[in-house]
Amino acid sequence: MSKSNEPVLWFLFSAGGMISAMVFPILLIITGVILPFELAGEVTFERIHNAVKNPVVKLVLFFVIALPFFHWAHRFRFTLIDIGLKPISFLVSLLCYGGAITGTIVAAFILWKI
Amino acid sequence: MTTYRKPVSNTWWLESKPYFLFVIREFTSLFVAGYCLFLLLFIAKAGDSQEAYATLILSLKSPTSMVFHLISFTFILYHAITWFNLTPKIMVFHLGEERIPNALIAGAVYLSWGVVSLIISWLILGS
Amino acid sequence: MATRRTCLWKRGVKVSETFEMEIFRYYPDKDNEPFIKSYEVPFRDDWVVLDAINYIKDEIDGTLSYRWSCRMGVCGSCGMMVNSVPKLTCSAFLKDYPSRKIRVEPLQGFPVERDLIFDMDDFMNKLTEVKPYLLRKEGEEKPLEEGEYLQSPAELAHYKQYTLCINCMLCYAACPIYALDSNFVGPAAIALAQRYNLDSRDQGRNQRQEVIASHEGIWECTFVGECSVVCPKDVDPAAAIQRAKVSSTLDWFKEKMIPRSKG
Ligand code: SF4
Ligand code: FES
Repeated sequence: MSKSNEPVLWFLFSAGGMISAMVFPILLIITGVILPFELAGEVTFERIHNAVKNPVVKLVLFFVIALPFFHWAHRFRFTLIDIGLKPISFLVSLLCYGGAITGTIVAAFILWKI
Repeated sequence: MTTYRKPVSNTWWLESKPYFLFVIREFTSLFVAGYCLFLLLFIAKAGDSQEAYATLILSLKSPTSMVFHLISFTFILYHAITWFNLTPKIMVFHLGEERIPNALIAGAVYLSWGVVSLIISWLILGS
Repeated sequence: MATRRTCLWKRGVKVSETFEMEIFRYYPDKDNEPFIKSYEVPFRDDWVVLDAINYIKDEIDGTLSYRWSCRMGVCGSCGMMVNSVPKLTCSAFLKDYPSRKIRVEPLQGFPVERDLIFDMDDFMNKLTEVKPYLLRKEGEEKPLEEGEYLQSPAELAHYKQYTLCINCMLCYAACPIYALDSNFVGPAAIALAQRYNLDSRDQGRNQRQEVIASHEGIWECTFVGECSVVCPKDVDPAAAIQRAKVSSTLDWFKEKMIPRSKG
């Protein structure tokens, strides 16, 4: 038996799990009802626009999106393996982490462009 | 010696409630990824133009968006609660011979959840 | 002990109620496939499942095979699946099953040898694999004349919980990951490794990590958490595994990020 490289994946999984648990519920409330129905008064386009152009906000957003992608990849990989896809576990890993890496690149690209 | 091994079916997780809840907990990750994609869309529109952003906000009033948000919220809330409840198992602190009670650590985690949520609302929505 | 107990149901206690026991039977030389056989036993308020099984063996069918010893939840040998939940049968009361009917099967995830007896070699090997004894670094072993390694109560508190394990294997039976892949080192063995890793007198963590930090060690665990639910001694093996994940992750970053300095 040799030491596994699983720790780095588990670290990304945990960090993404913590971030998504902490911030996604409130973000869902905001994008789901507060913004569309103006429950907190009008939030102007300029306010949101300027916010996402701010480099610090961009950096934060990058982690808030990229890490949860890896959270998904790791957890979903094991779910699929646990419920019977063990024989093709390599392919499962490839698709899951590949998906997370793609998501991360797309996120970086979108944030870079604005 | 001949022995008998009970085969494990791929539906083992449907056979008991704790296993089922476990698999649901794991499946919440799908909604986490789904919301990540939505956030990317939101950021792209907000960074684009007034019209693009206004169209997006309008579409958020649609039933599709409501259903998407409601289902995602349910699963992600389940993710958050199970996640926070398991946190004290991983964070173990001792004060001399006494172990800091799980409830205290869980309480601190839930408190920070509330504080973080308030800060985010304030940052986005303003006072 | 056994004789006195046998007498209980012969002492003319009025038994009007009965209890149905569906028992998993398997005799490899005779049967190709296991089957379930139903027995009717008297119902008594103070009986545990093991009492009912003993009654079957003594009064109805002497060929029934199973393991037990202490009858008081300390030897860890009477674990069985009761209605698909791993239980110490000497601590599970009949009166807690109001439907008056239970199914008893051997602990899940292990190869069955006969009736309720399963092969525990795999578990025994795993226990020895994690080196469950105090290890000292080379040259740091104290000569016997110098006496024992001292430890404060606060240091004891760090691992005491993990010493309470009675090797009953209920946690393995509750673990779907072990049932799917018996290469997984599993709950009790990892908790036992942590028991020594967290002991201030021990210096053998690096040696144990060869097994613990491998893929079949902690990394196969997806924190289902049922091992801790069924554990009769509150060892909380699930938490032991997660804590081992944290420390192994710290190790990994140290090993990869910091250039190796020979210390
Ligand atoms: S950890 Fe608990 S359930 Fe597992 S063998 Fe030890 S006492 Fe039994
Ligand atoms: S007979 Fe010893 S634990 Fe049940």
